[in-house]
Amino acid sequence: MSALIRPARLEIVGRPASPGLARGPVHILEETTVRDVHAGTSAQERTRLLEAIAAAAAEVADLIAGVDDEEAAAILEFQLAMLEDDALIADALPVIDGGAPALVAFQDAMADVAAGYRTGDDEYFQARASDIEDLAERVIAHLTGAETGAIELPPGGILLARDLTPSRFLSTDWSGGRAIALFEGSPTAHVAILARSRGVPMAVGFGTLKITGHAAALLDGETGRLVLSPDADDEAGHHALTASADEIRTVEQRLARRQAVTADGTPIKVMINAGDPGELDALDPALCDGIGLVRTEFLFHGRRGLPTEDDQLAAYRRILTWAEGRPVTFRTLDAGGDKPIAGLTREESNPFLGLRGIRLSLARPDVFRVQVRALLRAAAEGEMLVMAPMVALPAEMQAVTDLFVEEAAALRRAGLAHAIPPLGMMVEVPAVALTLDLFDVDFVSIGSNDLTQYVMAASRDATGLAGLDDAGVEAVQRMIRMVVSSGAELGVPVSLCGDAGSDTRVLPKLLAAGLRSISVAPAQVGRVKRVIADWRADGGPDG
Amino acid sequence: MTDAALTPAHAAVLMTHDVGLHARPSVKLTKLAKTFQASIALAQSEDGPWIDAKSIVKVMAMKAPKDTTLHFRASGADAEEALKALVALVERDFDEGH
Repeated sequence: MSALIRPARLEIVGRPASPGLARGPVHILEETTVRDVHAGTSAQERTRLLEAIAAAAAEVADLIAGVDDEEAAAILEFQLAMLEDDALIADALPVIDGGAPALVAFQDAMADVAAGYRTGDDEYFQARASDIEDLAERVIAHLTGAETGAIELPPGGILLARDLTPSRFLSTDWSGGRAIALFEGSPTAHVAILARSRGVPMAVGFGTLKITGHAAALLDGETGRLVLSPDADDEAGHHALTASADEIRTVEQRLARRQAVTADGTPIKVMINAGDPGELDALDPALCDGIGLVRTEFLFHGRRGLPTEDDQLAAYRRILTWAEGRPVTFRTLDAGGDKPIAGLTREESNPFLGLRGIRLSLARPDVFRVQVRALLRAAAEGEMLVMAPMVALPAEMQAVTDLFVEEAAALRRAGLAHAIPPLGMMVEVPAVALTLDLFDVDFVSIGSNDLTQYVMAASRDATGLAGLDDAGVEAVQRMIRMVVSSGAELGVPVSLCGDAGSDTRVLPKLLAAGLRSISVAPAQVGRVKRVIADWRADGGPDG
Repeated sequence: MTDAALTPAHAAVLMTHDVGLHARPSVKLTKLAKTFQASIALAQSEDGPWIDAKSIVKVMAMKAPKDTTLHFRASGADAEEALKALVALVERDFDEGH
């Protein structure tokens, strides 16, 4: 009977993460955690383990089929051979027969194998322990039924979940007004960035909720307001908001293709952030003054292993062609942090302060040089710039420049067309913001998301840090002003490519700081241009 | 049945591969071993301990470094052929160019 009683209206305010209005059926994402797994009989557990291993092996075999570089294939073939070897779980099976759950027995056995590699001082064998952990994770995902694929949301559906990984976001269809409400999460997490760039309404930080039984919900991604089982008044309010949002959208659509100008006539460059060139196809290049950030990570996330020079060159060319002569700034691979890449990044206890961005590229010149060559070759064909992420020391930037010069010489010897593009860096690490004068760069771009997290010592993905991971706070703003003014003194152009650029609250402060160039998610261009039109170049309100 | 099927055949070969019997050579070695009917054992010394040369888990667990002499022991119909092929693979440095 109780299941038939309609739950009462419930209104909760979380944190806005991606603007937009949504109205539709509630879809709760069930999670299976490792602790939820109950052991069956020994025979059942044995079968479960064997099936999980077979499924993991099939997955790895699939991956190998799609890989075209030898190094990645060799790593995967090793994992496949291990998974196909009965000896892998020879120690786990008797433990299962003794009554232990498959998961526990398997985890213990894999820990033993990994420990076996780690003992002794042979660095090569020690490193294989991570291969074991990798394949173990795959098997464990199958054992625990941890879902990793697309979420089946009804059209207009509002997803309610604890958190959402970027990869699940990317494999899910968000068209037709679907939206996201997360109990945890952060507006600066990567999944929120993705939601903004795709125009998917999203709010986060609703806390732990009892939300069973609600059939429908309204979500306002602009204010972070979620109404479960809305009443007639809510529906009317939502309708009015949608109507006024439509009006605003009309204004924004009108402004989107025009040069952004402040209320007092100062032109502001508005560029877009881009990733996969496929996303650009639906966009009109007239929207923007160029691409202020190409995240080249998309090339490294395929199931095909690390991309070849030709793969990269083809992708870079495609982006330059789309831009029709507008400048395009490519950021070299920014892996690490919360963007792991199989076969490249390593597990770290504190990845945001670890081997990420240019640190990783300089530590893996074999991988980095391939990208450098592809960029040098692309530079011969279009208006482009290249910047390095996570630079902290002048020596790092010098090493990047040296690599470009060296590879350019090699391309010249090989008779291949190339050009050395203007080389710049992201300003994300406070050390760089403080010592811009020590760097030999052609331009810089402030990465406001990372700069904020490093200035405030507040993780982008942590919850419960409201007020800290905010680019609008005075400490971050001072640092941005410092960068803009030293850039002006040094003659180094300064742009900004973080979320602060499309935060309607922060944008006037950026104008006041003297910033005249920003790069935002394509879906935000109209909104940003509308806000710029409402403010003076000194950051004061119009009129 | 021939004598070869009853008496284990032996062979030994010095491995000069740079980083020892690591992942890629181990994959090649066990894959090759599995193409034979014969049961094949591998050890780092004549006195053993002997492990199953068809098991990559066991082969990797040996952690055989560079300049190890690998000992093979095989019994079964194609034992001699198996040993010849395995020794040749090690001598060719697992077909890995330097």
